Amino acid sequence: MELRKLLKLTDVWAHYGRVAAIQGLNLRVEEGEFVGLVGNNGAGKSTTMRVISGTLKPSAGQIEFEGKRIAGRSPERIVRHGISLVPENRRIFSRLSVLENLQIGTSGRRDRNQARGEIDEMLERFPALERYRDSPGADLSGGEQQQLAIARALLAKPRLLLLDEPTLGLAPLIVDQVFDLLAQLKSEGVTILLVEQNAVRTVSVADRVYVMRSGGQIVFEGTAESMESEGHLQSSFLSI
Amino acid sequence: MHDVFQYAVDAIGYGSLYAMMALGLALIFSVMGLMNFAYGELIMAGGYTIYLMRHDSFVFIAIVTILVVTIISVLMERIAFRPLRDASPITLLVASFGVSIGMQQIAYMTVGPIPKGIPPFHFFSHTFNIGGVSISNLEIATLVTTIVLLTGVTLLVNRTMLGIQLRASTEDFDMARLTGVKANRVIISAFAITGVLAGFVALLYVSRQGTVTPTMGVAPLLVAFVGGVIGGLGNIWGATLGGFLLGAAVTVLQASLPVHLSSYTQLFAFSAVILILVLRPNGLFARRAAREA
Repeated sequence: MELRKLLKLTDVWAHYGRVAAIQGLNLRVEEGEFVGLVGNNGAGKSTTMRVISGTLKPSAGQIEFEGKRIAGRSPERIVRHGISLVPENRRIFSRLSVLENLQIGTSGRRDRNQARGEIDEMLERFPALERYRDSPGADLSGGEQQQLAIARALLAKPRLLLLDEPTLGLAPLIVDQVFDLLAQLKSEGVTILLVEQNAVRTVSVADRVYVMRSGGQIVFEGTAESMESEGHLQSSFLSI
Repeated sequence: MHDVFQYAVDAIGYGSLYAMMALGLALIFSVMGLMNFAYGELIMAGGYTIYLMRHDSFVFIAIVTILVVTIISVLMERIAFRPLRDASPITLLVASFGVSIGMQQIAYMTVGPIPKGIPPFHFFSHTFNIGGVSISNLEIATLVTTIVLLTGVTLLVNRTMLGIQLRASTEDFDMARLTGVKANRVIISAFAITGVLAGFVALLYVSRQGTVTPTMGVAPLLVAFVGGVIGGLGNIWGATLGGFLLGAAVTVLQASLPVHLSSYTQLFAFSAVILILVLRPNGLFARRAAREA
């Protein structure tokens, strides 16, 4: 059965001033897929996330989500389209309580009453967040803040969840917990695009992987199995 | 001793006015990174509204003034600042100066430069004496209005979804948008709140001054701005307290300095400000540095 194309980037360029961070990027994510985007530092992975989420306007190319063109739309409009971002470094609102951080996650939804009920469900799903429900976000550990950032993004009821380096700066045990959570979300049918420097773990959970090189150039696209035949990629990006 | 209490009464009155102004300035600064130097002109606009309606009943004047100032504040955002939303902080600053000067010039061209007298509101003029300390209804109205408005803003900010969105936006505006918060709605709301605050300030300030001029908003804006800086503009409550403290300090100095030194009131007050900022560059209560561009 052919999967429905959810996200499609066609020949996308993005600049920071005169520097081209992404040059002619082509990328797709199909419904229900878990797609990983790996590559070295400075390859353009986070820039790709910024362009999709609307925080950076592409200088050329097209981005389509469920057939609608979204390139250059405002971030809040893109959330309403159904794309939610868990940003690099989590960026929870440290002065807001855990509950308020979750409530903010429902800002893009019209079904406010249902959203309120789902906040309680989310707190049940993440017991650590329930414990700190009325505490400021700053009181949480790094791993708990990551859970909060993911929960906040999920409350927007996204059809595509973007995660930008969710394990950055976290202890190995917490990294395991994050990937377990991502695997769980995958099994629930959430469509995910994950940017990670932890390429080994990403390849182990993703359905399909893009390997990106400097300038946002894709040097490999395929499954983890097909990556095994690309020995030079494995040694470059997977430290094998 | 009763002089001390009298100074305290006067200081609380003026301090409250500047607290409300500083809150308005800090709210816009926190959300947009914009120091709105046209805020004083909102008070000026309120003053001239009062002047034009000076023969009507106080309640009607108050309602119309608050409405007019709020509308002007929202229009200010829509016309002058929204097109520059993504501009640099310097551009926004220059734009706010432009709006300020533009509004003053409109006043010069329409109502002229000569100060316009406003007859006092009889209710505010009534004073009573407690232990030798004279307290007017205006002082009481100022304090009660400040408490009510600050309580109202506190409840709005802490208990409503809009308030949560405002607080999130003051902390990380870009991330708030990434959660679906509508930037325009949050910013317009901030301007509307500051407009309401400015409307009340206009009523109370004009009641004290008794006249309106095209530049009447400049002096209180300076005190509120500096007071907000002392408190820390990134923290709206800190800025409010800073506005109150500086407003109160200026009032006490004006009343207590010997006559031959009273013209140096602002010198003493702002010298203290400089000292505070040398020791605490981000303000007394700031949680972080000035908002990143």
